[in-house]
Amino acid sequence: MKTYLPIFVVVAVLALVPFVTASNVVLNFLVVTLLIALAGQGWNLLGGYGGQYSFGHAAFFGTGAYVTAILQVQYGINAWFGLLIGIAAGALVGIVIGALSFRWGLRGSYFSLVTLAFAEVLRIVASVAPITGAGVGTLIKLDLRPEAFQFQSRAPFYWIALGLVGLSLIVVRGIENSRFGAYLVAIRENEDAARALGVDTFSVKLAAMIVSAAITAAAGCFYAQYFLFLDAAIAYGTWISIDALLAPIVGGVGTLFGPLLGALIIKMLGESTKLVTGGAPGLDLAIYGLLLIAVVGLAPRGIAGLLSALVPRRFRPPSDPEHHHG
Amino acid sequence: MAEMLLRIYAISKRFGGLLAVDKASFNVRPGRITALIGPNGAGKTTLFAIISGFLTPDEGRIVYDGADITGAAPHMLARRGIARTFQIVQPFAGLTVRENIAVGAHLARPNRVDALAAAGEVAYAVGLGTQLEQSAATLTVAGRKRLELARALATKPRLVLLDEVLAGLNPSEIRDMVPVIRKIADWGVTILMIEHVMQAVMTLAEQVLVLAEGRIIAEGSPQQVAADRQVIEAYLGHGAAARMISGAGHG
Repeated sequence: MKTYLPIFVVVAVLALVPFVTASNVVLNFLVVTLLIALAGQGWNLLGGYGGQYSFGHAAFFGTGAYVTAILQVQYGINAWFGLLIGIAAGALVGIVIGALSFRWGLRGSYFSLVTLAFAEVLRIVASVAPITGAGVGTLIKLDLRPEAFQFQSRAPFYWIALGLVGLSLIVVRGIENSRFGAYLVAIRENEDAARALGVDTFSVKLAAMIVSAAITAAAGCFYAQYFLFLDAAIAYGTWISIDALLAPIVGGVGTLFGPLLGALIIKMLGESTKLVTGGAPGLDLAIYGLLLIAVVGLAPRGIAGLLSALVPRRFRPPSDPEHHHG
Repeated sequence: MAEMLLRIYAISKRFGGLLAVDKASFNVRPGRITALIGPNGAGKTTLFAIISGFLTPDEGRIVYDGADITGAAPHMLARRGIARTFQIVQPFAGLTVRENIAVGAHLARPNRVDALAAAGEVAYAVGLGTQLEQSAATLTVAGRKRLELARALATKPRLVLLDEVLAGLNPSEIRDMVPVIRKIADWGVTILMIEHVMQAVMTLAEQVLVLAEGRIIAEGSPQQVAADRQVIEAYLGHGAAARMISGAGHG
Protein backbone atom coordinates (compact mmCIF):
# COMPACT_ATOMS: atom_id res chain seq x y z
CA MET A 1 0.00 0.00 0.00
CA LYS A 2 2.94 2.31 0.69
CA THR A 3 3.69 2.61 -3.01
CA TYR A 4 0.17 3.93 -3.64
CA LEU A 5 0.41 6.65 -1.01
CA PRO A 6 1.80 9.37 -3.33
CA ILE A 7 -1.16 8.80 -5.67
CA PHE A 8 -3.68 9.29 -2.88
CA VAL A 9 -1.90 12.41 -1.65
CA VAL A 10 -1.71 14.01 -5.11
CA VAL A 11 -5.32 13.17 -5.96
CA ALA A 12 -6.58 14.36 -2.55
CA VAL A 13 -4.77 17.70 -2.88
CA LEU A 14 -6.03 18.24 -6.43
CA ALA A 15 -9.56 17.33 -5.35
CA LEU A 16 -9.58 20.44 -3.12
CA VAL A 17 -9.08 22.88 -6.00
CA PRO A 18 -12.82 23.50 -6.69
CA PHE A 19 -13.22 24.54 -3.05
CA VAL A 20 -10.49 27.13 -3.45
CA THR A 21 -11.63 28.61 -6.75
CA ALA A 22 -14.93 28.61 -8.60
CA SER A 23 -13.36 30.29 -11.63
CA ASN A 24 -14.55 28.57 -14.78
CA VAL A 25 -11.38 29.58 -16.56
CA VAL A 26 -9.18 27.85 -14.01
CA LEU A 27 -11.37 24.74 -13.79
CA ASN A 28 -11.68 24.51 -17.55
CA PHE A 29 -7.90 24.74 -17.86
CA LEU A 30 -7.46 22.02 -15.25
CA VAL A 31 -10.07 19.72 -16.78
CA VAL A 32 -8.31 19.91 -20.15
CA THR A 33 -4.98 19.33 -18.41
CA LEU A 34 -6.34 16.23 -16.68
CA LEU A 35 -7.76 15.04 -19.98
CA ILE A 36 -4.31 15.29 -21.58
CA ALA A 37 -2.75 13.66 -18.51
CA LEU A 38 -5.14 10.74 -18.88
CA ALA A 39 -4.55 10.32 -22.60
CA GLY A 40 -0.82 10.73 -21.91
CA GLN A 41 -0.84 8.07 -19.20
CA GLY A 42 -2.24 5.65 -21.76
CA TRP A 43 0.60 6.54 -24.13
CA ASN A 44 3.11 6.36 -21.27
CA LEU A 45 2.27 2.75 -20.44
CA LEU A 46 3.01 1.57 -23.96
CA GLY A 47 5.65 4.15 -24.92
CA GLY A 48 7.29 5.03 -21.63
CA TYR A 49 7.32 1.63 -19.96
CA GLY A 50 7.18 -0.57 -23.07
CA GLY A 51 9.34 1.55 -25.39
CA GLN A 52 6.78 1.30 -28.22
CA TYR A 53 6.40 4.89 -29.42
CA SER A 54 2.95 5.35 -30.87
CA PHE A 55 2.25 8.40 -33.05
CA GLY A 56 -1.38 7.44 -33.37
CA HIS A 57 -3.03 7.39 -29.97
CA ALA A 58 -5.75 9.51 -31.58
CA ALA A 59 -7.08 6.19 -32.88
CA PHE A 60 -8.07 5.20 -29.33
CA PHE A 61 -9.07 8.67 -28.16
CA GLY A 62 -11.32 9.17 -31.17
CA THR A 63 -12.88 5.74 -30.94
CA GLY A 64 -13.75 6.26 -27.28
CA ALA A 65 -15.18 9.70 -28.06
CA TYR A 66 -17.22 8.64 -31.09
CA VAL A 67 -18.59 5.47 -29.51
CA THR A 68 -19.82 7.38 -26.45
CA ALA A 69 -21.35 10.10 -28.63
CA ILE A 70 -22.90 7.92 -31.33
CA LEU A 71 -24.43 5.51 -28.82
CA GLN A 72 -26.25 8.44 -27.24
CA VAL A 73 -27.20 10.36 -30.33
CA GLN A 74 -28.17 7.49 -32.62
CA TYR A 75 -29.22 4.78 -30.19
CA GLY A 76 -30.24 6.66 -27.06
CA ILE A 77 -27.90 4.71 -24.86
CA ASN A 78 -27.02 6.22 -21.47
CA ALA A 79 -23.76 8.18 -21.47
CA TRP A 80 -22.33 6.41 -18.41
CA PHE A 81 -22.90 3.06 -20.07
CA GLY A 82 -21.52 4.59 -23.26
CA LEU A 83 -18.36 5.51 -21.37
CA LEU A 84 -17.75 1.85 -20.54
CA ILE A 85 -18.49 0.72 -24.09
CA GLY A 86 -16.29 3.51 -25.44
CA ILE A 87 -13.38 2.29 -23.31
CA ALA A 88 -13.97 -1.28 -24.47
CA ALA A 89 -14.15 -0.14 -28.10
CA GLY A 90 -10.86 1.72 -27.72
CA ALA A 91 -9.30 -1.43 -26.27
CA LEU A 92 -10.63 -3.39 -29.22
CA VAL A 93 -8.98 -0.99 -31.67
CA GLY A 94 -5.82 -1.49 -29.58
CA ILE A 95 -6.08 -5.25 -30.09
CA VAL A 96 -6.42 -4.85 -33.85
CA ILE A 97 -3.56 -2.33 -34.29
CA GLY A 98 -1.38 -4.15 -31.76
CA ALA A 99 -1.95 -7.62 -33.16
CA LEU A 100 -1.27 -6.49 -36.72
CA SER A 101 1.84 -4.47 -36.00
CA PHE A 102 3.43 -6.69 -33.36
CA ARG A 103 2.66 -9.92 -35.23
CA TRP A 104 4.74 -8.62 -38.10
CA GLY A 105 7.51 -7.61 -35.74
CA LEU A 106 7.29 -3.85 -36.34
CA ARG A 107 9.68 -2.03 -34.04
CA GLY A 108 10.90 1.51 -33.50
CA SER A 109 9.99 4.06 -36.13
CA TYR A 110 8.16 1.48 -38.25
CA PHE A 111 5.75 0.90 -35.41
CA SER A 112 5.35 4.66 -34.92
CA LEU A 113 4.55 5.21 -38.58
CA VAL A 114 2.04 2.38 -38.72
CA THR A 115 0.16 3.71 -35.69
CA LEU A 116 0.12 7.15 -37.31
CA ALA A 117 -1.27 5.60 -40.48
CA PHE A 118 -4.04 3.78 -38.58
CA ALA A 119 -5.10 6.99 -36.86
CA GLU A 120 -5.12 8.86 -40.17
CA VAL A 121 -7.20 6.15 -41.85
CA LEU A 122 -9.73 6.38 -39.02
CA ARG A 123 -9.78 10.17 -39.31
CA ILE A 124 -10.46 10.02 -43.04
CA VAL A 125 -13.13 7.34 -42.63
CA ALA A 126 -14.78 9.35 -39.84
CA SER A 127 -14.79 12.46 -42.01
CA VAL A 128 -16.94 10.77 -44.68
CA ALA A 129 -18.90 8.05 -42.84
CA PRO A 130 -22.59 9.01 -42.28
CA ILE A 131 -22.67 7.51 -38.77
CA THR A 132 -20.14 10.06 -37.47
CA GLY A 133 -22.03 12.94 -39.03
CA ALA A 134 -19.26 13.15 -41.65
CA GLY A 135 -18.25 16.78 -42.30
CA VAL A 136 -20.96 18.22 -40.05
CA GLY A 137 -19.81 16.37 -36.94
CA THR A 138 -21.74 14.88 -34.05
CA LEU A 139 -23.51 17.07 -31.56
CA ILE A 140 -24.59 15.54 -28.25
CA LYS A 141 -27.88 17.00 -27.04
CA LEU A 142 -27.61 19.25 -24.03
CA ASP A 143 -29.11 17.36 -21.08
CA LEU A 144 -27.72 18.78 -17.86
CA ARG A 145 -28.43 15.87 -15.56
CA PRO A 146 -25.83 13.79 -13.70
CA GLU A 147 -27.60 10.65 -14.98
CA ALA A 148 -26.75 11.81 -18.49
CA PHE A 149 -23.09 12.49 -17.56
CA GLN A 150 -23.62 16.25 -17.91
CA PHE A 151 -23.38 18.85 -15.18
CA GLN A 152 -24.35 22.46 -14.56
CA SER A 153 -20.96 23.42 -13.16
CA ARG A 154 -17.41 22.48 -14.02
CA ALA A 155 -16.56 21.04 -10.62
CA PRO A 156 -18.19 17.60 -11.08
CA PHE A 157 -16.49 17.26 -14.45
CA TYR A 158 -13.23 18.16 -12.77
CA TRP A 159 -13.67 15.53 -10.08
CA ILE A 160 -14.61 12.87 -12.60
CA ALA A 161 -11.56 13.69 -14.74
CA LEU A 162 -9.44 13.61 -11.60
CA GLY A 163 -10.99 10.28 -10.62
CA LEU A 164 -10.14 8.81 -14.02
CA VAL A 165 -6.57 10.10 -13.76
CA GLY A 166 -6.31 8.66 -10.23
CA LEU A 167 -7.57 5.32 -11.48
CA SER A 168 -5.05 5.32 -14.32
CA LEU A 169 -2.27 6.12 -11.82
CA ILE A 170 -3.32 3.17 -9.66
CA VAL A 171 -3.44 0.84 -12.67
CA VAL A 172 0.00 1.92 -13.87
CA ARG A 173 1.52 1.72 -10.38
CA GLY A 174 0.06 -1.78 -10.06
CA ILE A 175 1.67 -2.73 -13.37
CA GLU A 176 5.00 -1.23 -12.22
CA ASN A 177 4.99 -3.63 -9.26
CA SER A 178 4.07 -6.72 -11.26
CA ARG A 179 5.75 -9.31 -13.43
CA PHE A 180 3.90 -7.88 -16.42
CA GLY A 181 5.48 -4.48 -15.74
CA ALA A 182 8.95 -5.97 -15.33
CA TYR A 183 8.56 -7.81 -18.63
CA LEU A 184 7.31 -4.66 -20.35
CA VAL A 185 10.34 -2.65 -19.20
CA ALA A 186 12.64 -5.54 -20.17
CA ILE A 187 11.19 -5.39 -23.70
CA ARG A 188 11.87 -1.65 -23.82
CA GLU A 189 15.46 -2.17 -22.71
CA ASN A 190 16.31 -5.16 -24.93
CA GLU A 191 13.77 -7.26 -26.71
CA ASP A 192 16.05 -10.17 -27.63
CA ALA A 193 17.41 -10.51 -24.12
CA ALA A 194 13.83 -10.54 -22.83
CA ARG A 195 12.87 -13.33 -25.24
CA ALA A 196 15.82 -15.42 -24.10
CA LEU A 197 14.57 -15.11 -20.52
CA GLY A 198 11.17 -16.52 -21.33
CA VAL A 199 9.27 -13.30 -22.08
CA ASP A 200 6.53 -13.77 -24.67
CA THR A 201 7.17 -10.36 -26.19
CA PHE A 202 4.17 -10.45 -28.52
CA SER A 203 1.67 -11.10 -25.74
CA VAL A 204 3.23 -8.60 -23.35
CA LYS A 205 3.28 -5.82 -25.95
CA LEU A 206 -0.26 -6.61 -27.03
CA ALA A 207 -1.51 -6.55 -23.43
CA ALA A 208 0.23 -3.22 -22.88
CA MET A 209 -1.36 -1.88 -26.07
CA ILE A 210 -4.83 -2.92 -24.87
CA VAL A 211 -4.52 -1.26 -21.45
CA SER A 212 -2.88 1.78 -23.05
CA ALA A 213 -5.68 2.07 -25.61
CA ALA A 214 -8.36 1.69 -22.94
CA ILE A 215 -6.89 4.51 -20.83
CA THR A 216 -6.59 6.88 -23.79
CA ALA A 217 -10.09 5.91 -24.96
CA ALA A 218 -11.42 6.89 -21.52
CA ALA A 219 -10.01 10.37 -22.14
CA GLY A 220 -11.87 10.43 -25.46
CA CYS A 221 -15.17 9.40 -23.83
CA PHE A 222 -14.74 12.15 -21.28
CA TYR A 223 -13.94 14.67 -24.00
CA ALA A 224 -17.20 13.88 -25.79
CA GLN A 225 -19.26 14.49 -22.63
CA TYR A 226 -17.37 17.63 -21.69
CA PHE A 227 -17.46 19.43 -25.04
CA LEU A 228 -20.58 17.70 -26.47
CA PHE A 229 -19.26 18.08 -30.00
CA LEU A 230 -17.02 15.93 -32.17
CA ASP A 231 -15.79 15.94 -35.70
CA ALA A 232 -13.11 13.85 -37.37
CA ALA A 233 -10.37 16.46 -36.93
CA ILE A 234 -11.05 16.66 -33.20
CA ALA A 235 -11.58 12.98 -32.41
CA TYR A 236 -8.93 11.44 -34.65
CA GLY A 237 -6.80 14.56 -35.15
CA THR A 238 -3.04 14.53 -34.73
CA TRP A 239 -3.36 17.14 -31.95
CA ILE A 240 -4.29 14.46 -29.43
CA SER A 241 -1.63 12.02 -30.65
CA ILE A 242 0.92 14.80 -30.14
CA ASP A 243 -0.39 15.92 -26.74
CA ALA A 244 -0.58 12.30 -25.56
CA LEU A 245 3.09 11.69 -26.30
CA LEU A 246 4.38 15.18 -25.50
CA ALA A 247 2.96 15.21 -21.96
CA PRO A 248 4.78 12.07 -20.76
CA ILE A 249 7.99 12.91 -22.63
CA VAL A 250 8.14 16.40 -21.14
CA GLY A 251 7.04 15.23 -17.71
CA GLY A 252 9.21 12.14 -17.54
CA VAL A 253 8.84 9.21 -19.87
CA GLY A 254 8.21 5.91 -18.12
CA THR A 255 7.52 7.57 -14.77
CA LEU A 256 4.21 7.39 -12.94
CA PHE A 257 3.59 11.12 -12.57
CA GLY A 258 5.32 12.14 -15.81
CA PRO A 259 2.12 12.51 -17.87
CA LEU A 260 0.37 14.61 -15.22
CA LEU A 261 3.39 16.84 -14.71
CA GLY A 262 3.97 17.15 -18.45
CA ALA A 263 0.32 17.89 -19.21
CA LEU A 264 0.41 20.73 -16.70
CA ILE A 265 3.56 22.17 -18.26
CA ILE A 266 2.50 21.96 -21.90
CA LYS A 267 -0.98 23.31 -21.19
CA MET A 268 0.42 26.24 -19.19
CA LEU A 269 2.89 26.90 -21.98
CA GLY A 270 0.13 26.62 -24.59
CA GLU A 271 -2.13 29.04 -22.72
CA SER A 272 0.59 31.61 -22.11
CA THR A 273 1.59 31.43 -25.77
CA LYS A 274 -1.99 32.22 -26.71
CA LEU A 275 -2.06 35.15 -24.28
CA VAL A 276 1.17 36.62 -25.60
CA THR A 277 0.58 36.10 -29.32
CA GLY A 278 -3.18 36.42 -29.31
CA GLY A 279 -3.59 32.94 -30.72
CA ALA A 280 -1.48 33.10 -33.88
CA PRO A 281 -2.34 29.83 -35.63
CA GLY A 282 0.26 27.07 -35.35
CA LEU A 283 2.49 28.97 -32.97
CA ASP A 284 1.65 26.71 -30.05
CA LEU A 285 2.84 23.75 -32.14
CA ALA A 286 6.10 25.57 -32.89
CA ILE A 287 6.55 26.18 -29.17
CA TYR A 288 5.84 22.51 -28.47
CA GLY A 289 8.48 21.57 -31.01
CA LEU A 290 11.08 23.75 -29.31
CA LEU A 291 10.09 22.36 -25.93
CA LEU A 292 10.41 18.80 -27.18
CA ILE A 293 13.89 19.51 -28.56
CA ALA A 294 14.92 21.13 -25.28
CA VAL A 295 13.62 18.24 -23.18
CA VAL A 296 15.09 15.48 -25.33
CA GLY A 297 18.40 17.30 -25.56
CA LEU A 298 18.78 18.60 -22.02
CA ALA A 299 16.65 16.37 -19.82
CA PRO A 300 16.00 13.05 -21.56
CA ARG A 301 14.23 11.73 -18.47
CA GLY A 302 11.89 14.72 -18.42
CA ILE A 303 11.00 16.99 -15.54
CA ALA A 304 10.56 13.99 -13.22
CA GLY A 305 14.12 12.97 -14.06
CA LEU A 306 15.40 16.48 -13.34
CA LEU A 307 13.62 16.52 -10.00
CA SER A 308 15.05 13.17 -8.94
CA ALA A 309 18.53 14.41 -9.92
CA LEU A 310 18.03 17.31 -7.52
CA VAL A 311 17.34 15.00 -4.58
CA PRO A 312 20.40 15.21 -2.31
CA ARG A 313 22.80 12.32 -2.57
CA ARG A 314 22.40 11.20 1.03
CA PHE A 315 18.72 10.45 0.50
CA ARG A 316 19.54 7.96 -2.21
CA PRO A 317 19.82 4.21 -1.76
CA PRO A 318 23.26 2.88 -0.80
CA SER A 319 25.89 1.55 -3.22
CA ASP A 320 25.72 4.53 -5.53
CA PRO A 321 27.41 3.41 -8.76
CA GLU A 322 29.67 6.45 -9.04
CA HIS A 323 31.24 5.65 -5.71
CA HIS A 324 31.72 2.00 -6.32
CA HIS A 325 34.85 0.47 -7.70
CA GLY A 326 34.82 -3.24 -7.32
CA MET B 1 24.58 -45.00 -23.63
CA ALA B 2 23.31 -42.51 -21.09
CA GLU B 3 20.09 -40.63 -21.87
CA MET B 4 20.96 -37.49 -23.82
CA LEU B 5 19.53 -34.12 -22.79
CA LEU B 6 20.00 -32.56 -26.21
CA ARG B 7 20.29 -34.25 -29.58
CA ILE B 8 21.10 -32.32 -32.72
CA TYR B 9 20.30 -34.14 -35.96
CA ALA B 10 21.89 -32.91 -39.19
CA ILE B 11 21.16 -29.22 -38.67
CA SER B 12 21.81 -26.94 -41.63
CA LYS B 13 21.41 -23.20 -41.93
CA ARG B 14 22.03 -21.13 -45.01
CA PHE B 15 22.29 -17.34 -45.24
CA GLY B 16 21.96 -16.58 -48.95
CA GLY B 17 24.99 -18.18 -50.56
CA LEU B 18 26.72 -18.94 -47.28
CA LEU B 19 26.20 -22.33 -45.67
CA ALA B 20 26.76 -21.35 -42.05
CA VAL B 21 25.90 -24.72 -40.51
CA ASP B 22 26.28 -27.85 -42.61
CA LYS B 23 24.53 -30.99 -41.34
CA ALA B 24 25.90 -30.65 -37.84
CA SER B 25 24.97 -33.52 -35.51
CA PHE B 26 25.92 -34.04 -31.89
CA ASN B 27 24.57 -34.94 -28.49
CA VAL B 28 24.86 -33.27 -25.12
CA ARG B 29 24.82 -35.49 -22.05
CA PRO B 30 23.03 -34.23 -18.95
CA GLY B 31 24.98 -32.84 -16.04
CA ARG B 32 28.15 -32.30 -18.03
CA ILE B 33 30.09 -29.38 -19.41
CA THR B 34 30.35 -29.66 -23.16
CA ALA B 35 32.46 -27.16 -25.06
CA LEU B 36 31.84 -26.14 -28.65
CA ILE B 37 35.02 -24.81 -30.20
CA GLY B 38 36.15 -23.90 -33.67
CA PRO B 39 37.81 -21.16 -35.68
CA ASN B 40 36.11 -17.79 -36.18
CA GLY B 41 33.21 -18.01 -38.58
CA ALA B 42 32.77 -21.75 -38.06
CA GLY B 43 29.06 -21.29 -37.29
CA LYS B 44 29.12 -21.73 -33.51
CA THR B 45 26.98 -18.73 -32.65
CA THR B 46 24.56 -19.57 -35.48
CA LEU B 47 24.20 -23.03 -34.02
CA PHE B 48 23.48 -21.53 -30.60
CA ALA B 49 20.90 -19.20 -32.09
CA ILE B 50 19.21 -22.23 -33.68
CA ILE B 51 19.20 -24.28 -30.47
CA SER B 52 17.80 -21.36 -28.46
CA GLY B 53 15.08 -20.66 -31.02
CA PHE B 54 16.31 -17.32 -32.36
CA LEU B 55 16.89 -18.84 -35.79
CA THR B 56 15.03 -21.66 -37.54
CA PRO B 57 17.20 -24.28 -39.22
CA ASP B 58 16.69 -24.98 -42.93
CA GLU B 59 17.12 -28.69 -42.31
CA GLY B 60 17.49 -31.06 -39.41
CA ARG B 61 15.91 -31.63 -36.04
CA ILE B 62 16.60 -30.71 -32.43
CA VAL B 63 15.40 -33.03 -29.69
CA TYR B 64 15.52 -31.78 -26.12
CA ASP B 65 14.55 -33.97 -23.22
CA GLY B 66 12.88 -36.42 -25.59
CA ALA B 67 10.74 -33.80 -27.39
CA ASP B 68 11.23 -32.26 -30.81
CA ILE B 69 11.80 -28.54 -30.26
CA THR B 70 12.84 -27.58 -33.80
CA GLY B 71 11.52 -24.12 -34.60
CA ALA B 72 10.08 -23.42 -31.14
CA ALA B 73 10.15 -19.75 -30.04
CA PRO B 74 12.89 -18.60 -27.62
CA HIS B 75 10.46 -17.87 -24.78
CA MET B 76 8.93 -21.35 -25.08
CA LEU B 77 12.38 -22.90 -24.89
CA ALA B 78 13.25 -20.77 -21.87
CA ARG B 79 10.12 -22.13 -20.19
CA ARG B 80 11.26 -25.67 -20.98
CA GLY B 81 14.57 -24.99 -19.26
CA ILE B 82 16.93 -23.82 -21.99
CA ALA B 83 18.69 -20.56 -21.14
CA ARG B 84 21.35 -18.73 -23.10
CA THR B 85 23.80 -15.88 -22.76
CA PHE B 86 24.76 -13.56 -25.58
CA GLN B 87 28.27 -13.24 -26.96
CA ILE B 88 27.69 -9.52 -27.30
CA VAL B 89 26.29 -8.78 -23.86
CA GLN B 90 22.71 -7.52 -23.83
CA PRO B 91 22.07 -5.95 -20.43
CA PHE B 92 18.86 -4.07 -19.67
CA ALA B 93 21.00 -0.96 -19.36
CA GLY B 94 18.40 1.26 -17.74
CA LEU B 95 17.75 -1.19 -14.90
CA THR B 96 19.72 -2.13 -11.82
CA VAL B 97 21.61 -5.42 -11.57
CA ARG B 98 18.88 -6.78 -9.31
CA GLU B 99 16.09 -5.76 -11.69
CA ASN B 100 17.99 -7.31 -14.60
CA ILE B 101 18.25 -10.67 -12.88
CA ALA B 102 14.66 -10.47 -11.62
CA VAL B 103 13.40 -10.58 -15.22
CA GLY B 104 14.88 -14.07 -15.43
CA ALA B 105 13.68 -15.00 -11.96
CA HIS B 106 10.13 -14.06 -12.91
CA LEU B 107 9.94 -17.12 -15.15
CA ALA B 108 9.35 -19.32 -12.12
CA ARG B 109 8.13 -16.59 -9.75
CA PRO B 110 5.14 -14.46 -10.72
CA ASN B 111 5.43 -12.35 -7.58
CA ARG B 112 7.58 -9.23 -7.87
CA VAL B 113 8.96 -9.35 -4.33
CA ASP B 114 9.88 -13.05 -4.64
CA ALA B 115 11.61 -12.44 -7.96
CA LEU B 116 13.64 -9.51 -6.60
CA ALA B 117 14.68 -11.62 -3.60
CA ALA B 118 15.64 -14.58 -5.80
CA ALA B 119 17.64 -12.20 -8.00
CA GLY B 120 19.73 -11.28 -4.97
CA GLU B 121 20.57 -14.91 -4.29
CA VAL B 122 21.63 -15.57 -7.87
CA ALA B 123 23.73 -12.40 -7.87
CA TYR B 124 25.68 -13.59 -4.84
CA ALA B 125 26.25 -16.98 -6.49
CA VAL B 126 27.93 -15.40 -9.53
CA GLY B 127 29.81 -12.74 -7.56
CA LEU B 128 27.61 -9.71 -8.26
CA GLY B 129 26.28 -9.54 -4.71
CA THR B 130 27.86 -6.21 -3.88
CA GLN B 131 26.61 -4.51 -7.06
CA LEU B 132 22.93 -5.40 -6.79
CA GLU B 133 21.53 -1.89 -6.63
CA GLN B 134 23.80 -0.31 -9.20
CA SER B 135 22.78 0.36 -12.76
CA ALA B 136 23.70 -2.39 -15.21
CA ALA B 137 25.11 0.31 -17.49
CA THR B 138 27.90 0.98 -14.98
CA LEU B 139 29.22 -2.61 -14.94
CA THR B 140 32.60 -3.49 -16.41
CA VAL B 141 32.88 -6.08 -19.19
CA ALA B 142 33.53 -8.77 -16.58
CA GLY B 143 30.51 -7.59 -14.59
CA ARG B 144 28.31 -7.67 -17.67
CA LYS B 145 29.40 -11.22 -18.47
CA ARG B 146 28.47 -12.23 -14.95
CA LEU B 147 25.14 -10.47 -15.35
CA GLU B 148 24.43 -12.46 -18.53
CA LEU B 149 25.16 -15.60 -16.58
CA ALA B 150 23.08 -14.54 -13.58
CA ARG B 151 20.01 -13.68 -15.67
CA ALA B 152 20.19 -17.02 -17.47
CA LEU B 153 20.59 -18.92 -14.19
CA ALA B 154 17.69 -17.06 -12.59
CA THR B 155 15.33 -18.83 -15.01
CA LYS B 156 16.31 -22.09 -13.24
CA PRO B 157 17.45 -23.77 -16.45
CA ARG B 158 18.35 -27.40 -17.03
CA LEU B 159 20.55 -26.51 -19.98
CA VAL B 160 22.51 -23.28 -20.34
CA LEU B 161 24.16 -22.19 -23.54
CA LEU B 162 27.12 -19.96 -22.71
CA ASP B 163 28.33 -17.97 -25.69
CA GLU B 164 31.91 -16.88 -24.93
CA VAL B 165 31.39 -15.76 -21.37
CA LEU B 166 35.16 -15.53 -20.95
CA ALA B 167 35.85 -13.47 -24.09
CA GLY B 168 37.20 -10.00 -23.38
CA LEU B 169 38.20 -10.83 -19.83
CA ASN B 170 41.76 -10.46 -18.54
CA PRO B 171 43.60 -13.51 -17.13
CA SER B 172 42.70 -12.76 -13.52
CA GLU B 173 39.04 -12.23 -14.41
CA ILE B 174 39.09 -15.57 -16.24
CA ARG B 175 40.55 -17.22 -13.13
CA ASP B 176 37.64 -15.78 -11.12
CA MET B 177 35.01 -16.86 -13.62
CA VAL B 178 36.08 -20.49 -14.16
CA PRO B 179 35.04 -21.62 -10.66
CA VAL B 180 31.66 -19.93 -11.15
CA ILE B 181 31.02 -22.02 -14.26
CA ARG B 182 32.15 -25.16 -12.46
CA LYS B 183 29.81 -24.35 -9.56
CA ILE B 184 26.87 -24.09 -11.95
CA ALA B 185 27.68 -27.53 -13.34
CA ASP B 186 27.95 -28.88 -9.81
CA TRP B 187 24.35 -27.77 -9.21
CA GLY B 188 23.40 -30.27 -11.91
CA VAL B 189 22.86 -27.73 -14.69
CA THR B 190 24.02 -29.01 -18.07
CA ILE B 191 26.33 -26.56 -19.81
CA LEU B 192 27.05 -26.20 -23.50
CA MET B 193 29.65 -23.49 -23.95
CA ILE B 194 31.25 -21.79 -26.90
CA GLU B 195 34.71 -20.78 -25.84
CA HIS B 196 37.95 -19.59 -27.38
CA VAL B 197 39.93 -19.55 -24.16
CA MET B 198 41.52 -22.98 -24.52
CA GLN B 199 42.96 -23.10 -21.02
CA ALA B 200 39.40 -22.84 -19.67
CA VAL B 201 38.07 -25.40 -22.15
CA MET B 202 40.78 -27.86 -21.14
CA THR B 203 40.08 -27.51 -17.41
CA LEU B 204 36.27 -27.29 -17.52
CA ALA B 205 34.93 -29.38 -20.36
CA GLU B 206 34.45 -33.11 -20.25
CA GLN B 207 33.36 -33.27 -23.86
CA VAL B 208 34.59 -31.06 -26.67
CA LEU B 209 32.94 -30.60 -30.05
CA VAL B 210 34.88 -28.98 -32.86
CA LEU B 211 32.98 -27.07 -35.51
CA ALA B 212 34.72 -25.93 -38.69
CA GLU B 213 33.04 -24.52 -41.78
CA GLY B 214 29.68 -25.49 -40.35
CA ARG B 215 30.53 -29.16 -39.78
CA ILE B 216 31.41 -31.07 -36.66
CA ILE B 217 34.90 -32.33 -37.49
CA ALA B 218 35.87 -33.90 -34.17
CA GLU B 219 34.53 -34.73 -30.78
CA GLY B 220 35.91 -36.30 -27.65
CA SER B 221 37.77 -35.42 -24.48
CA PRO B 222 39.81 -32.21 -24.52
CA GLN B 223 43.04 -34.21 -24.83
CA GLN B 224 41.74 -36.28 -27.74
CA VAL B 225 40.54 -33.22 -29.59
CA ALA B 226 43.77 -31.27 -29.03
CA ALA B 227 45.73 -34.06 -30.67
CA ASP B 228 43.32 -34.48 -33.56
CA ARG B 229 44.90 -33.92 -36.96
CA GLN B 230 41.79 -32.37 -38.52
CA VAL B 231 41.40 -29.98 -35.63
CA ILE B 232 44.97 -28.72 -35.91
CA GLU B 233 44.48 -28.20 -39.63
CA ALA B 234 41.21 -26.38 -39.12
CA TYR B 235 42.88 -23.91 -36.81
CA LEU B 236 46.31 -23.57 -38.37
CA GLY B 237 45.68 -24.32 -42.03
CA HIS B 238 46.17 -27.17 -44.45
CA GLY B 239 49.34 -29.17 -43.87
CA ALA B 240 49.91 -27.73 -40.39
CA ALA B 241 49.48 -31.09 -38.68
CA ALA B 242 52.10 -32.71 -40.91
CA ARG B 243 54.53 -29.85 -40.30
CA MET B 244 54.01 -30.05 -36.55
CA ILE B 245 54.62 -33.77 -36.51
CA SER B 246 57.71 -33.54 -38.71
CA GLY B 247 58.89 -30.57 -36.63
CA ALA B 248 58.51 -32.68 -33.51
CA GLY B 249 60.47 -35.48 -35.25
CA HIS B 250 63.38 -33.14 -35.96
CA GLY B 251 63.38 -31.71 -32.48
